[in-house]
Amino acid sequence: MVNIMYFARLREAFGKDTERLTLPSNVSDVAGLLEHLRARGDHWEKELAPQRNFRVAVNQDMADPETKITAGDEIALFPPVTGG
Amino acid sequence: MTVRVQAHDFDLNTEILRLRQANPKVGAVASFIGVCRDLNDGNSVKTMTLEHYPGMTEKSIQQIIDQAKARWELFDVLVIHRVGTLKPTDQIVLVVVTSAHRGEAFAACEYVMDYLKTRAPFWKKEDTPTGGRWVDARDSDDAAASRWGA
Repeated sequence: MVNIMYFARLREAFGKDTERLTLPSNVSDVAGLLEHLRARGDHWEKELAPQRNFRVAVNQDMADPETKITAGDEIALFPPVTGG
Repeated sequence: MTVRVQAHDFDLNTEILRLRQANPKVGAVASFIGVCRDLNDGNSVKTMTLEHYPGMTEKSIQQIIDQAKARWELFDVLVIHRVGTLKPTDQIVLVVVTSAHRGEAFAACEYVMDYLKTRAPFWKKEDTPTGGRWVDARDSDDAAASRWGA
């Protein structure tokens, strides 16, 4: 299981701020997880489309598509940051 | 080095007094305050709500401070960032840097702010007369951070 957190626009679009997900056996990195989430269709496919601007963090560090994920990880999906 | 993410307001004088009195070697104090404006991208703003990622937000700001400390001779860096609902004229963020001389303090203060804008997970949602609107990230902020070449 991994813990996935959604923030800001993505939290509103998906209607949830967190979910527990059992990783499918073919998912081992961020790119694979995004593909898995996009397959849910609708908002997931739209918001996580490759041309959309969003970020992924794994265990509170910024990640890229090749970043490995394993059970127990904390994964966060969010739009580009706008603090300050 | 202190990072505080909080809903309540802060007082510049109180924070600077504390940093000055903590170290008689301090010869320069530079500070920056970001303030909530009543206008953004042509829309009037009634209130603004700031969301953050507890844990990662503090960690990312601490990393930015560590990078500034590695780059310049600094005594201390303080960052306070507010979250929750704010209105125009409210203070949003405070950065204070102390050093022996002004050059390091000025540069490090700007560096911390430039990276906070592009790396620290905060998101602003504005309440405008036409409804809520998530603020878009600005290319100019990425450009400001990239000029440091780190």
